[in-house]
Amino acid sequence: MPADPKSEYILELENVSKYFGSVIALRDVTVRLRRGEVHCLLGDNGAGKSTLIKILAGCHRPSEGVFKVDGEPLALKSPSDALDRGIATVYQDLALVPLMSVARNFFMGREPIRRVGGVFRIFHREKAEEIACAKLADMGIKVRDAEQAVGTMSGGERQCLAIARAIHFGARVLILDEPTAALGVRQSANVLRLIARAREKGISVIFITHNVHHAYPVGDSFTLLNRGRSMGTFRKGEIQRDQVLDMMAGGLEMQKLMAEFGVRV
Amino acid sequence: METIQPDPRPPEPLPTNDAQRTEETNGGAAPKIVPPPPGAPPPQPPADERLRTLSTFHRVMGRPESASIAGAVLVFVVFALSASDSGMFALDGVINWATVSAYLGIVATGACLLMIAGEFDLSLGSMIGFTGMMAAIPPLFYGVPVWIAMLAALACALLIGWVNGQLVVRTGLPSFIVTLGFLFILFANRTIVSGIGDLAAQDPVASFLFSGTFANDLFTWAGKHGWITTLDDGRPLVRGIPKVILWWAFIAVASSYRLTHTRFGNWIFAVGGDANAAKNVGVPVRRVKVSLFMFTAFCAWIFAMLQICDVGSAAADRGLQKEFEAIIAAVIGGTLLTGGYGSVVGATFGALIFGVVQIGITYTNVNSDWFRVFLGAMLLVAVLFNNQVRKRVTEAR
Repeated sequence: MPADPKSEYILELENVSKYFGSVIALRDVTVRLRRGEVHCLLGDNGAGKSTLIKILAGCHRPSEGVFKVDGEPLALKSPSDALDRGIATVYQDLALVPLMSVARNFFMGREPIRRVGGVFRIFHREKAEEIACAKLADMGIKVRDAEQAVGTMSGGERQCLAIARAIHFGARVLILDEPTAALGVRQSANVLRLIARAREKGISVIFITHNVHHAYPVGDSFTLLNRGRSMGTFRKGEIQRDQVLDMMAGGLEMQKLMAEFGVRV
Repeated sequence: METIQPDPRPPEPLPTNDAQRTEETNGGAAPKIVPPPPGAPPPQPPADERLRTLSTFHRVMGRPESASIAGAVLVFVVFALSASDSGMFALDGVINWATVSAYLGIVATGACLLMIAGEFDLSLGSMIGFTGMMAAIPPLFYGVPVWIAMLAALACALLIGWVNGQLVVRTGLPSFIVTLGFLFILFANRTIVSGIGDLAAQDPVASFLFSGTFANDLFTWAGKHGWITTLDDGRPLVRGIPKVILWWAFIAVASSYRLTHTRFGNWIFAVGGDANAAKNVGVPVRRVKVSLFMFTAFCAWIFAMLQICDVGSAAADRGLQKEFEAIIAAVIGGTLLTGGYGSVVGATFGALIFGVVQIGITYTNVNSDWFRVFLGAMLLVAVLFNNQVRKRVTEAR
């Protein structure tokens, strides 16, 4: 865990609103991320999750409200500004190139360099492969061959690779955008395990999902979004999974649907 | 540094293909239906279940250049059987087809790198004629020193490459259309100017870089000992290695090194493989693409300079269809038309196949018109093969 808790919270959004023209994407949302916790942002489609991520990642600036990092209010200028402060976002598209090898993807844009004869700057492939394998193994993922193309990996493995890469390049805060959305059950479990392991390393995680069953086992606190508003933040002990589910618009809809079909809940 | 927690669990074996597929069909979408993820994985067969040892053959065939190397070997075997007594593999014959291959190989290298980065340059052929004229006209008509005219032509080529690149990366238009525009723009002038060869031979810079042959002394010396064929007056039939072959070797080796062993090379693959992903991890996508357009223009300039010094004249149509031949050589060499995959070694062998067949066919009894038929067939085979490679790499799970 990082020492020196200047603030109990590593990231804070206070009463943040975001407007796009006449559209109110977010209104008065408050999210606080404690150091070393997994904070789940739950919401159905259109709840404002994507807008919230983009604010956290530095793509958008809030129209109103305060954004604090380590207790200090600031405005992120760009995604790379966020990255420099240790806030890494793993988007759904993962930013991986399928035709390139695991090692080349891992170090894409930040390749390790070896100097030969003082002049030639050579891409240090052995080192890249070694580190990529070690870091993935660290996360409990066995890579068969660091030279294998990412295109041959499964969706879950790719997700893990993207997360491991973000952690390796100094992420203190990891923002995961629906990391389990496209995955099967067992692969999702792998990703959830990885999130837990990131927390063990002292990394704070914001886990965005619409799947309560994925959020509940791994999350320490939950913020529910519905139609651009926050429906509150709850610690794990304070709320049951079913309650979370009910509070989400989707939960209610599903109950209605089940009632319609005559299924007993 | 962070402390690494020892993992209490053994690494979880990953599910097999089939199991995974069926699960994916019920996973994810509907929140109510998905059961909570299992705490402990069910017992699985040993963790190596997904590790398949590929045979050496598979590994070798998985590399982009191997098909073109195999093709080159095949071509050599065919000609060795059909034209072995015709002088095709005598020293002058070798120089003959090596020169043709070398000219193409120079521009194929540029086209190959650009294709790996996901773009085309159809203005390549016109650029050859254009820069040749640019370098030839000022010395012939205005008395400008040849090397200055050549430098000016280079500057002009790089500028046009830069404009091509900027147009493509700024507008997002397909490079096919943008460079097709320049194909016609640069092809404006149809005149032929001759006499530049003699001027270039007198110019110390131009003659050192582009004129004539290399290692003449070695060949003269070998001729004296009777190891190579000589003319009646004792001079060797082949006076030396044409400089174009040296340029080809230099450009191919340097580019291959650049592609596979440097940071920039990794960026080329990344930009061609998925420009958006590359941008998101901080690769300067625009800079990479624009510099490769400029490199392709540079290759065209080298081609043109060598050609005007060799032929002695310049004309706008000198590079006619070279843009297609360069792309064909790259494709035969395993470079994907969609970018992100390929090798300079492959393009080099592609160019070699091209030269050997084009010249070799004249040593046989076959009508040389069949060359184009062969070329088209070769291209189709290569594209089909490459498509298989791409499928295997991107769609396998």
